[in-house]
Amino acid sequence: MMDILLQEDSIISPLGFSTSENIKAIKAGISGLQFHENSRFEKGGYYAGIIDKTWLADNFSKIGDPTKFTKLEQMMLLATHSVLNNNQLDLSETALIISSTKGNIDLLDNPQNFSKDRASLNSLAKIIQAFFGFKLQPIIVSNACISGGLAVAIAKRFIQAGKFNNALVVAGDRVSDFVVSGFQSFQALSAKPCRPFSINRDGISLGEGAAAILVSNMKREGDNISLIGDASANDANHISGPSRTGEGLYKSIQQALKEAKLSSSEIEYVSAHGTATLFNDEMEAVAFNRAGLAHVPLNSFKAYYGHTLGASALIETILTKHSLLNNELYPSLNFEELGVSKALNIIQKIKNKELQTALKTASGFGGCNLAMILKKSFNG
Amino acid sequence: MGKSRNHFITNSIRIKNEKIFLNKETVLSFDSEIGFPQFLKDSYKKLGLKYPKYHKMDSLCKLGILGSSVLLKDQNFDADTALVFSNTSASHDIDLKHKQSMESIVSPTVFVYTLPNIVLGEISIKYKLQSENVFFIEDKFNAELLWDYSEALLNSGKVSSVVCGWIELKNEQYDVLLCLVSNNGEIPFTKDNLEELYKFENE
Repeated sequence: MMDILLQEDSIISPLGFSTSENIKAIKAGISGLQFHENSRFEKGGYYAGIIDKTWLADNFSKIGDPTKFTKLEQMMLLATHSVLNNNQLDLSETALIISSTKGNIDLLDNPQNFSKDRASLNSLAKIIQAFFGFKLQPIIVSNACISGGLAVAIAKRFIQAGKFNNALVVAGDRVSDFVVSGFQSFQALSAKPCRPFSINRDGISLGEGAAAILVSNMKREGDNISLIGDASANDANHISGPSRTGEGLYKSIQQALKEAKLSSSEIEYVSAHGTATLFNDEMEAVAFNRAGLAHVPLNSFKAYYGHTLGASALIETILTKHSLLNNELYPSLNFEELGVSKALNIIQKIKNKELQTALKTASGFGGCNLAMILKKSFNG
Repeated sequence: MGKSRNHFITNSIRIKNEKIFLNKETVLSFDSEIGFPQFLKDSYKKLGLKYPKYHKMDSLCKLGILGSSVLLKDQNFDADTALVFSNTSASHDIDLKHKQSMESIVSPTVFVYTLPNIVLGEISIKYKLQSENVFFIEDKFNAELLWDYSEALLNSGKVSSVVCGWIELKNEQYDVLLCLVSNNGEIPFTKDNLEELYKFENE
């Protein structure tokens, strides 16, 4: 099967406006989560990872007029711009794949200075397409919290089917009142910055972010990271509660390993979803144990970013890629003591280790789960 | 990507204008005055669906359950049947309800439906499908995308059959086409045949 490479990437988050700035912050143990006052919510506010508007607009003004674009659009355009800037891509044949759960949802009944239809995902896609001049019709994926990773898997599947050679995948979501009020109604928001897999975890922190990556069938000189296996599987159990047996996640890991022709003993690092809700982290622990991954170093990036919804699986795939390239394992921030019923090997200190193969997983509402296997190879 | 060699549209359903069709034959037809909420209720009754969870779902999921119930009745399909759905308005109908509730009390049972892929979860639960799911958002019905992606999944060996289609709902206007694609059937699975099924009763 054709090799699918994960090439240039970019992360726009409270931790920085490039992948390297983000990794630098992670290595320094910095979190983007802060308390944000908001009187319409219980306890007068919530912990979340929110990008400073002025800082964003200052950066965006180098490529466009910030008054003409929503905050989310600025984030996603900046991410896309920095990937395109480093590549001579023919935009008449490069696919644009967009991932978001809620897009500009806060414009739904209050369009501010924008036209009313700007709240729709189709408008968001058109704005990104037109800004850069992509010719192919954008493909939009809206599949809950696995969207950002699923979009990369979709790029791979289409490239392998011969539909195009290069795809620019861009993901983004915001911390909106719409989403905060919903998660609060579930009693799912943590009172403190979230603590994935930890015994004292009490829910998620939300975050906003955007990310972009070039998925391509063209190898570069030096180290390349390939996506060698991917699968999604539904739990067929409950639309908002994860399966107690981790069924869908387990199945997707098995399928992805099968495609990659690997056994679980060859996985050297797991980048988990780890939202820090009681049920999600427990479900993941069960699935990873069933898959024989209990001893593999594992982390969640949620305590750095919060849960960035449709962007999370792409941001974390990019970080997983750089873990492999840098031969570094990053700590699972805010972890204190294991609080799930099965053993896991949570990364607690930054570690240098020769790495070849990693597993990235994600799970979401609707019972969806995703597994992707990344592998490093040298092309010289 | 080659031509579809041995995949067929085994079955198709259409829901539009107070009517439900199976392979272009009318299964249910109501007076045009019936109104959307009543259409959802009466269709459930007339189809004899015994699935009380239906009444708790949002309207998009109800359309998905009605459609898949007619589509998959008496059909053979495995748990690795993929769901490849699309529409233009995502979960707009329930988004508005959640937004309105933000003025007073927000309900988790409303919020959970504010993602278009929840309908894939509901269908997966009802039919015990533990397989690939994707929800695409498109300007309008896009036979090429559905065909391309479904073919890619089928040819990868990851799935044995696919339910693909369009499930649009906005301001009580609905438009549904679902196709079961497998190795069995008479109608070859092609872009043109998908397009033709969508245009049926849509002139």
